[in-house]
Amino acid sequence: MERPLTKNINQAQPLNLKEYEAVGGYAAVRKVIQGMTPQEVQKVVQDSTLKGRGGAGFNTGMKWSFVPMGPDARHPKYLIANADEMEPGTFKDRLLLEGNPHQLIEGMILSAYAIQADISYIFLRWAYRKAAQLLRKCFAEAYEAGYLGKNILGSGWSLEMYLHTGVGRYICGEETALLNALEGKRATPRAKPPFPQVSGLFGKPTIVNNVETFCCIPHILNNGVEWFKGLSKSEDGGTKIYGVSGKVKRPGAWELPMGVTMRELLEEHAGGMLDGYQFRGALPGGASTDFLTADHLDVKMDFKSVAAAGSRLGTGTMVVLDDATCPVGFVHNLQHFFAQESCGWCTPCREGLPWVEKILLRMEQGRGKTGDIELLEMHSKMLGPGNTFCALAPGAVEPLQSALKYFREDFERHIIEGKCPYHSATEAPKRFSKSMVV
Amino acid sequence: MPTIYIDNKPYEVKAGKNLLEACLAQGVDIPYFCWHPSLGSVGACRQCAVKLFKDENDTQGRLVMSCLEGVRDGLRLSVNDKMAKAFREQIIEWLMTNHPHDCPVCDEGGSCHLQDMTVMTGHDYRHYDFKKRTYRNQYLGPLIHHEMNRCIQCYRCVRYYKDYAGGEDLNVFAANNKVYFGREKDGVLESPFSGNLAEVCPTGVFTDKTLKEHYTRKWDLTMAPSVCQHCSVGCNTIAGERYGELRVILNRYNGEVNGYFLCDRGRFGYEFVNDENRVKQPVIRNRTSEAVTEPELTTYLQTAMYNSKLIGIGSPRAAVETNFALQQLVGPGNFYKGISEDEAYLTNKVVRILETGTVHSASLKDIEQSDAVLILGEDIWNTAPMMALAVRQSVKKTAYSHAAEQSKLPIWHDAAIQEFVQEEKGFLANITVAGSPLDGIAAYTAYGAPDNLARLGFAIAHELNTSLPVVSNVDDDLINKAKSIAAVLLKAKKPVIVSGISCYSEGVIEAAFNIAASLNTAERKAAICYALPACNSMGLGMMNAPSFDHAVTRLQREQDMTVVIVENDLYRDISSSVLDTFFSKAANIIVLDSLHNRTTEKANVLIPAATFAEGDGTMVNYEGRAQRFFQVFMPANPFIRESWKWLKEMNLYKTQGSNGHNQPPEELLEKLESTSHQFEGISKVTPPHDFTIHGERIPREPHRYSGRTAMLANLNVSEPKPMQDNDSPLSFTMEGFKGIQPSIAIPFFWSPGWNSVQSVTKYQEEPGGHLRGGDPGVKLFHDRQGSEPSFFKGMPESFAERPEKWLVLPQYHVLGSGELSIYTKALEELTPSPSVSLSQQDANRLNVQNGDMLQVNADAKKYLLAVTINKNLCNGVVLVSAGLGEVEGMSWGSWVKVSRCE
Amino acid sequence: MLSETEIHAIDHEVSLVPYKKAAVIEALKIVQQERGWVSDESVEAIADYLEISAAEVDSVATFYNLIFRRPVGRHVILLCDSISCYVMGYQTLYEALQQQLNVKFGETTADKNFTLLPNACLGCCDHAPALMIGEDLYRDVKVEELEGILKKYV
Ligand SMILES: Cc1cc2nc3c(=O)[nH]c(=O)nc-3n(C[C@H](O)[C@H](O)[C@H](O)COP(=O)(O)O)c2cc1C
Ligand code: SF4
Ligand code: FES
Repeated sequence: MERPLTKNINQAQPLNLKEYEAVGGYAAVRKVIQGMTPQEVQKVVQDSTLKGRGGAGFNTGMKWSFVPMGPDARHPKYLIANADEMEPGTFKDRLLLEGNPHQLIEGMILSAYAIQADISYIFLRWAYRKAAQLLRKCFAEAYEAGYLGKNILGSGWSLEMYLHTGVGRYICGEETALLNALEGKRATPRAKPPFPQVSGLFGKPTIVNNVETFCCIPHILNNGVEWFKGLSKSEDGGTKIYGVSGKVKRPGAWELPMGVTMRELLEEHAGGMLDGYQFRGALPGGASTDFLTADHLDVKMDFKSVAAAGSRLGTGTMVVLDDATCPVGFVHNLQHFFAQESCGWCTPCREGLPWVEKILLRMEQGRGKTGDIELLEMHSKMLGPGNTFCALAPGAVEPLQSALKYFREDFERHIIEGKCPYHSATEAPKRFSKSMVV
Repeated sequence: MPTIYIDNKPYEVKAGKNLLEACLAQGVDIPYFCWHPSLGSVGACRQCAVKLFKDENDTQGRLVMSCLEGVRDGLRLSVNDKMAKAFREQIIEWLMTNHPHDCPVCDEGGSCHLQDMTVMTGHDYRHYDFKKRTYRNQYLGPLIHHEMNRCIQCYRCVRYYKDYAGGEDLNVFAANNKVYFGREKDGVLESPFSGNLAEVCPTGVFTDKTLKEHYTRKWDLTMAPSVCQHCSVGCNTIAGERYGELRVILNRYNGEVNGYFLCDRGRFGYEFVNDENRVKQPVIRNRTSEAVTEPELTTYLQTAMYNSKLIGIGSPRAAVETNFALQQLVGPGNFYKGISEDEAYLTNKVVRILETGTVHSASLKDIEQSDAVLILGEDIWNTAPMMALAVRQSVKKTAYSHAAEQSKLPIWHDAAIQEFVQEEKGFLANITVAGSPLDGIAAYTAYGAPDNLARLGFAIAHELNTSLPVVSNVDDDLINKAKSIAAVLLKAKKPVIVSGISCYSEGVIEAAFNIAASLNTAERKAAICYALPACNSMGLGMMNAPSFDHAVTRLQREQDMTVVIVENDLYRDISSSVLDTFFSKAANIIVLDSLHNRTTEKANVLIPAATFAEGDGTMVNYEGRAQRFFQVFMPANPFIRESWKWLKEMNLYKTQGSNGHNQPPEELLEKLESTSHQFEGISKVTPPHDFTIHGERIPREPHRYSGRTAMLANLNVSEPKPMQDNDSPLSFTMEGFKGIQPSIAIPFFWSPGWNSVQSVTKYQEEPGGHLRGGDPGVKLFHDRQGSEPSFFKGMPESFAERPEKWLVLPQYHVLGSGELSIYTKALEELTPSPSVSLSQQDANRLNVQNGDMLQVNADAKKYLLAVTINKNLCNGVVLVSAGLGEVEGMSWGSWVKVSRCE
Repeated sequence: MLSETEIHAIDHEVSLVPYKKAAVIEALKIVQQERGWVSDESVEAIADYLEISAAEVDSVATFYNLIFRRPVGRHVILLCDSISCYVMGYQTLYEALQQQLNVKFGETTADKNFTLLPNACLGCCDHAPALMIGEDLYRDVKVEELEGILKKYV
């Protein structure tokens, strides 16, 4: 099984430029800049069926094709790597950033070439200190080697690359909020349309892609469309970095063919549940995806299949809910996060999520009231896509609505029993069992 | 015109609008918060949700925000859709989770947008039973009260204050459910347009602090359409009274003039009406008892009028009726304008220019919609604040239209356009003596002595029109500047040239005209405007009469003259050395005014005059728009009458006639029209006093007006008969016509379900458009397209410094320089202390620093003033705070001595 | 007043953006790097330097989690309180920290050595629970190890 993105990952000592070149690094840059037109690059990427790895799963080449090209296009154009990774349960970009930063830089150079960008940024969350250090070092190497800067490899095309470290806000990961953050503003999302491809950073054409998305690019251009598609077990090309966290034997992240099943991930790669714990469900792709349960273990982890099962692939990093963890507490933790990270721009999210959080907290503390579940349901309905300004709130209610669906009896018991059935101040944590349901 | 289907009913709507505007224009109510016609759409509140369908067969539809969706032919939407309704109701429930239930003690109660929307959506049961979030409020100065707990985070305040008005000290802080709107620290709001927050805020977060001092609910006010008294712009206002006291000034929408907003001087500067310093009693001085009864006064005036040689001194702040009535009383040859020769001369120049009609006289709307503005010589921020706000909109909107063209984004989509526009700005060249806050948004700024500004103006005119004279002896810098400004102006389609008389330079006025007239072609419609000093400067200026200086010479020549002065504190405009002599020469001095001042002190006979709140009158604004202000309330004090009424009375004594006591104001205006053709149309400003709709008069009081039977019960238990208004179609009651009033006589905005000021939409042809039935006011200057402009050929020499002398010019202050507005304690508090500004080099020469005291000798008077160094000011010119503190009228534009005081 | 070093660093950031005020977040970071937190005076100094109002600077500063508008201790502890760490029991770490340092979230120890803050997912979900002290990351943290970890910062 090929693992193009991670085969050269070295957490202890990532490859320096020389070492990276020795394993074929920057070959794609040479090949492309000297032998392909930007449009050709766009076409290859589009044909490869690469879908964005940031969560929404939009065809990357297609996204690029909306950038105005040609002599009349407004410049500077910008290209931005979204390395804000702050979605709870997600830790895949960290792996790529810390394990092989040159791969990201190379992918960005190629992508920038494809849209003829002039300036590129890596928007990195503050907490990734090691990645920041490494990236700075790699930038210097790449500039030195002429892969960045003026007149790259004599092509006449120039690209600057900067590192921006964020100052903490989940919403900065939303691509238009990210643009505002880069412009030195409050990171509230922007209206779409206009899409960043047309009016992005500083009002200029801009592409924002996820770190993992960019890391795929060199390999696609080196090995071709068919090869890339062949990596996958599904109709979305390539490999995917999947992760599992929670009470499993070997939490971690692995590069696997797109479309492995949840079961394979959980049982083979994560080694199954920790002894004494049972699987109750999982968020398949980070905090803002719907729960899937044991019934879904054979669902293929690709965009379409997960959607068909009623959730989203999201970031592909799974958070496992075990039988000793209270689903209400679990969801409360998520809602606490989302309420706190709401930017405060639109009413439903700003006012709705804190309300949800408060209800869940009182349930968890044994003060739940009749009607609370209905209120939670109302919120999951009313905070759906299109009703809020951006996708934060709709994402936030995904785990809520699915928890209400799959773990409803837990919610009911909290209210009926007037306490959390999983733990109380004096007793050790309890497990979920059918008998708990009255 | 596209057709859209609202709940399956077809409507023809205007293209280029969003669905919310389109629906509101059709009378279909959709609740909203963050949207505002002047601020555009941002989609934050999510209150305006409707269902949008792909086609007739689509039964599902999807929820969209109507403010973010453009009109398209054939588009189908549903306002009544169940899901849409439920969502809108839910939005209110969310907003109400933290909104306190303090309506009874909230200043907004009864005119609250949030209340209206709550009722409109049907939200009536709360499920939220947690603690509400609470905030600490800030001290924002004496004008605006802050109550953050009521905030519903619609972001309108910052969008208005910062994006629209350019204020920098109000912002949004923190994030999520804790967002906070206020200042970085407690402190006075810096923008002179801060008062609009009270109307922009849909709840009671930002409220009028001066109203709080004598609070009255909107429904308990007796209101009348009025016109601001504080500068030549003539913003339309609503003035509200209760218990004989003027309580509030609100914006009165006028699509051509002030739109939705007012400046702080206009909004808050009303307290003079209620002031202790009012002239309350007629007084005949130098008798044992000064106060007089009505019969005594009548007898006195009968004799005085019959026997005396009269001269009249008019006023730029008195209504047209008053000035004309005085002219009628004293006779045309004996009426003087009550302003200095310089001011009269320059005003006259402006009148003559606008009268020709060769260049369109710009309304504020014209300025807002222009695509290039040149300001020549006038600090409009301080002399005509709302004009400055209009210029700001031009600068912003030009960039917006440019972005809209490039990006194909709709212009109302504020959120999107703003990101596209970034820092791009439309064109403003701000050419002033020493800079103004508008410099911050100007593409070009230039500073200099008035003569040099005029020369730059002439140089620009020459670049536009080579047949105009070349400016001689100039440096390349000036020519280059002129060239580049001219180049931009030539590209504009609707350029506006703004100037004024406050730098006392004829050249500036002429150069401004030359530029405007050169730009004005069949394809390019240029417009021009000149800011003038007072609310009726134009109305006075249009009268054929000499200046006050001529009255002075007249008195030197002739003895035994009785001088009648109306509503004019001459000391503010004329130096005391001149005035003291003048008064000593007069045989008798009769003064009519509303407030005691230095001039009224000189009066032998002092007669109380009504303020705008207690009387009717017409004023002509800077653009030549005649506008009527209506009496708000009948003062309890019978002596307080409009000056024009007193003067007409006096005229009867003079002619010993007896008819015409109760002539309505329009008859006076008709007479004016028949004697002076330039005033043609002025009597049509309002419907006649006996106008009715379906036999009903227009009530000044909302139908919920309360307490009528009880208000005066402490005086008399039987309810008094309502006052009778013989001068206008308005009545002093709550009975009468209940519908949408004619646009010229709107005492308050109200419509069923719309108690807040947002009801104004119902009065407009479309949101933010003209009022139904036309925007109020009659323009007295008429465009004469195609008529050949007569250009000015002469120009001043360049400015030369003089040894030991400085050219003195007035520095106006938006808050403080107004004669009447400072009677509002809050505004007095914000008034800067008087100062003298000079250049850094001049300061060095005089060996002074900021804050040191300088002595300015002007017109035989010595002033001790604190130094302000102004880095823009050229050497040889000083600016002295006009109208502040002890500073009285001086010969602005003359040379004075300035020296250091030890 | 900004220091020479700060001005120098801010100038560099300004040179990278189309207009001055776009560097405000960088300026805030620079000042915080130097001073540990951003005081009102610093907000005003940045505002002056970038030619924008203090309100504008503060509006941005208060939006972000990691710009400290109040003094913090010498070392800031960011304890991840997000979902994987929740499942893996960050609460026990929090209780231990409360006991050992005698502070709650948002508080600074009496000796001003530590400020304890909750932080959203640190991207170490496979090594939960995790925390950061200053720039150092600790993963798979056991309650027993805490004391030893904290010692390093005394
Ligand atoms: C609230 C929110 C947070 C997001 N956070 C991230 C993030 O941290 N990293 C990321 O790559 N994408 C994030 N996204 C998705 C981005 O908006 C955007 O779709 C993505 O960066 C595009 O890259 P891709 O096409 O390569 O997936 C977030 C979206 C939302 C709505
Ligand atoms: S849904 Fe609304 S409030 Fe929430 S983060 Fe997005 S824009 Fe901000
Ligand atoms: S008015 Fe449309 S979202 Fe606020």
